[in-house]
Amino acid sequence: MEEISFASQLLQYTITGVTIGSVYAMVAIGFNIIYNVTEAINFAQGEFVVLGGLVMVFFRVALNLPVVVSLPLTILVVTAAGILLDRLAIRPIREPSVLAMVIATIGAAFFIKGAAMFIWGKNPFDLPPFSGRNPISFLGAVVQPQGLWVVAFLAVVVVLLTLFFDRTMMGKALRACAVNANASSLVGINVRHMILVSFAMSAAIGALGGIVITPISLMEYDRGAMLAVKGFSACVLGGMGSFSGAVLGGLMIGLIESLGAGLVSSGYKDVFALMLLLLVLFARPSGLLGSVEVNKIKKF
Amino acid sequence: MAGVSRIRLRDMTKDFPLKKDRSLVHLGAFGLALLLFPFLAQRISFIEHYLDVMVFVGIYSIVAMGLCLLMGYAGQISLGHASFFGLGAYISGVITAKYGINPWLCILLGMGVSAVVATIIGGPSLRLRGHYLAMATLAFCIIVTVVFNESIPWTGGPDGLAFIPGISIMGWALDSVLKYYYLVWTIVFLVLFLCLNIIRSRVGRALRSIHGSELAANALGVNVDKYKIYVFVFSAVVASIGGSLYAHYLNFINPASFDLFVSIKLLIMIILGGMHSLWGAVVGAALITFLSYEWLHFFEDAEVMIYGAIILIIVIFLPGGLVSVPAKVRGFWKRS
Amino acid sequence: MRTKCSIGRGAAFLVAAVLFAVFLVTPVMEVEAADPYKVGAVFSVTGRASFLGDPEKKTAVMLQEEINKKGGINGHPLELIVYDDEGDATKCALAVRKLITQDKVCAFIGPSLSGLSLAVLPEAEKHKIPMVSCAASYKIVTKDPETGEQWKWVFKTPQSDSMAVEAIYTHMKKNGISKIAVLSVTSGFGASGRSELLRLAPDFGMTILADEKYGPKDTDMTAQLTKIKGLAPQAIVNWSIGPTQVVVVRNWKELGMTKTPFYQSHGFGSRKNIELAAGAAEGVFCPLGACNIAEILPADAPQKKVTMEYLKAYKAKYNEGLSSFGGHAWDALSIVAKALEAVGPDKAKIRDYVETLTGFVGQHGVFNFSAKDHNGLTKEAFNMVVVKEGDWALAH
Repeated sequence: MEEISFASQLLQYTITGVTIGSVYAMVAIGFNIIYNVTEAINFAQGEFVVLGGLVMVFFRVALNLPVVVSLPLTILVVTAAGILLDRLAIRPIREPSVLAMVIATIGAAFFIKGAAMFIWGKNPFDLPPFSGRNPISFLGAVVQPQGLWVVAFLAVVVVLLTLFFDRTMMGKALRACAVNANASSLVGINVRHMILVSFAMSAAIGALGGIVITPISLMEYDRGAMLAVKGFSACVLGGMGSFSGAVLGGLMIGLIESLGAGLVSSGYKDVFALMLLLLVLFARPSGLLGSVEVNKIKKF
Repeated sequence: MAGVSRIRLRDMTKDFPLKKDRSLVHLGAFGLALLLFPFLAQRISFIEHYLDVMVFVGIYSIVAMGLCLLMGYAGQISLGHASFFGLGAYISGVITAKYGINPWLCILLGMGVSAVVATIIGGPSLRLRGHYLAMATLAFCIIVTVVFNESIPWTGGPDGLAFIPGISIMGWALDSVLKYYYLVWTIVFLVLFLCLNIIRSRVGRALRSIHGSELAANALGVNVDKYKIYVFVFSAVVASIGGSLYAHYLNFINPASFDLFVSIKLLIMIILGGMHSLWGAVVGAALITFLSYEWLHFFEDAEVMIYGAIILIIVIFLPGGLVSVPAKVRGFWKRS
Repeated sequence: MRTKCSIGRGAAFLVAAVLFAVFLVTPVMEVEAADPYKVGAVFSVTGRASFLGDPEKKTAVMLQEEINKKGGINGHPLELIVYDDEGDATKCALAVRKLITQDKVCAFIGPSLSGLSLAVLPEAEKHKIPMVSCAASYKIVTKDPETGEQWKWVFKTPQSDSMAVEAIYTHMKKNGISKIAVLSVTSGFGASGRSELLRLAPDFGMTILADEKYGPKDTDMTAQLTKIKGLAPQAIVNWSIGPTQVVVVRNWKELGMTKTPFYQSHGFGSRKNIELAAGAAEGVFCPLGACNIAEILPADAPQKKVTMEYLKAYKAKYNEGLSSFGGHAWDALSIVAKALEAVGPDKAKIRDYVETLTGFVGQHGVFNFSAKDHNGLTKEAFNMVVVKEGDWALAH
């Protein structure tokens, strides 16, 4: 029988929480990119993660391509799916309102889920981890190598996005749309084009989330809804539209789930995170890092 | 998309009572059609089964109408209505199955509990806006589902609660599909009538003004907070009635019948039907119920895909929902 | 604007009526040659319980084709009407009532889930139609747990969860294990296994140190296992289906807990799961019916022939491995077909025939039905199996 000290247990819960939380954070970032431009929540965000995982399985396992080839290919395919989502489901809406867009993304989520079931079937799929399955021992706790990859990819996404929004023209245009879409179009920004870009970007980030989490959790066609709900919770907890908020929210929810399951009750672990979320909202109606002022301008 | 909120003075001054007589005609026609439907269904063998589906259409219509009042008229989103639906069902189900108390009392009790819970939840939640309100109600929905799942001694947990007694009126058991059909649709009719009256009253005008702009409504002397909570509680109570009816008809409940996906389904119903009309809630409930319980069965594994495609097509091409179709058709007629 | 709107509302019903009419004409009436025997089936083919319903439907359809290829039942073709309940109670009840009142089947098999079987069994009783459930709970057939009285019209083919638990506990006892940790998924499958584990623990002298849960779509169970590790039980029992039962085994391996024996439910009974666990499943115990271990059954075992035939046919038709659950549908449909062959499509006679059926060699055991036992299996229907070198091996 193995022994484990309480301190090591706490460390293990934290490691697990950060790993899961990083995936939630990636989904939340995807939500934010689209929210900032359209004010709508893209409920198909979880489906991007599923697609990322399943397409990667196709390239990596079925075609046996190395990671360096299959990863960009997968992101490319899912980004194309994001672009299609915008062109086929969002742009054609006759009278675009936030609610109509949200429902359209729900419809699209059903469609993608159904299509994934049709293509890949109902069974879960596995993906070989990027660097072996030998866990690393650390102060009595263990770290899965893939868990480190998850955190690393989140860091890369955050850095790249920061650079993109601060340094590039397109990033600045996206930020302008986030502040006020009407005013942005007056200064010559093509808002429709920006919506397309936002869908492409969040699809790519969702795909990345799916690629890194599949070796840990497996992937099957109907996992998207759960991921979307967790990501949405993270997004709201951090404050909608705020990227640092999304990361903070995701990590917090992951940690609370893990610590709650370990220390209090695993049956009620989802409740702890949501209770905290409600308390935060009641005290700060715009989330932890969300701006009340910005929130007031938003119509929905 | 982003834009300055407009004060819709037109909405607030609309003189609704004038339309009363025409809407009575609609109600009458609607009632007659419902009264006659079973005679038709029982005579045509391949739609015999539709009567059974229509009971569920009725139940979902009740819940959807309450939600429609909240969303379409007061402009407040809720992803928690499946929980009130479930609260009614579980209170009715658990108490009648375990303690043998009269179902009618349990329906009233369910309404009472839902009202109290809705007041507690609604107070702080309704101060939130847009997606934040959606998230708060969504969190409530998930929490309630977890409670249903975990309170195994009472609710039976994920396996559900079976053998819930049926309902009877003065000792006359409503033990057939036909009898229950008439019970459910009578209640649909009553709720519809009540809701139509509410939206034509002072309250209805106040709600619409809140939808237009809370700031402006406040400035015009509408007690925004009070009305929002009123309509939230009302819709929760109506959902609870639907839940009780569901439990006593199916004689079985499980948490999955009242989870977040059901909340989303209710949302889809009122939006596809036409969010700004109570009739839309009924049409939407009928469409979604028949699609998911009957018509799409034919497509087997492609069902989910086609369901998604239908939602998309309606949202894209019919922004006003299905109730806007006749006006569109007429417009097309006139042009050509 | 106002008038338009109000006419619009009224006319909405016209549209609804038109839609109605369109769908009224869509079901195309098929004309059958000889009058077929109609049997209904309700499985959770898609949705949250597709792990159960998908193989069940595939198996039932395959068996129907086999029967009809051989000329049907006494010259009558077997018509199998399958509905997918998506794990949804409403849909399941509607499907069963449709089978009874509209399709006029003479018996039906399913549903896949215990909860839904309990939900629809009153319909079978009310309409006096034989129902052969493919779900595990003993409650499905037991009307009165005190006297053991069985529901008149309801049968089931899967072994009860209690039998799986008994098999696991017996094996543990033999190996000197008495302090255990329980893990379960918060779905119907996990919950009923968990309740049996807790209920039977005192009978076998088991102390349950931990009772942990996780959601059916959770990504990682390290937290639950870490807690269990701290409590140092002698063994862990996990009750789930789907991806979580694979992930939990991997986490067990990663946390270096392989010295604590790991028991899975019979839901683990697919070689696909061993493969997905990527080496982590080595040494995991689970109770399995004969149909999952056809190849390693001794040649003289009574079920060797039927299980091997099923395995080969399924693999040839669908090109995928067997799970535990398809076999339940095989048993259910075969029993109904056998009854039809013997007594024809008379509901009451089918019921009476099944109730007295003995020595029926099925995928999951040899069935001996009686008025006191509408399941017909004993705990011997389970074999304790261990994963050895990536395949099943009989455990001792």
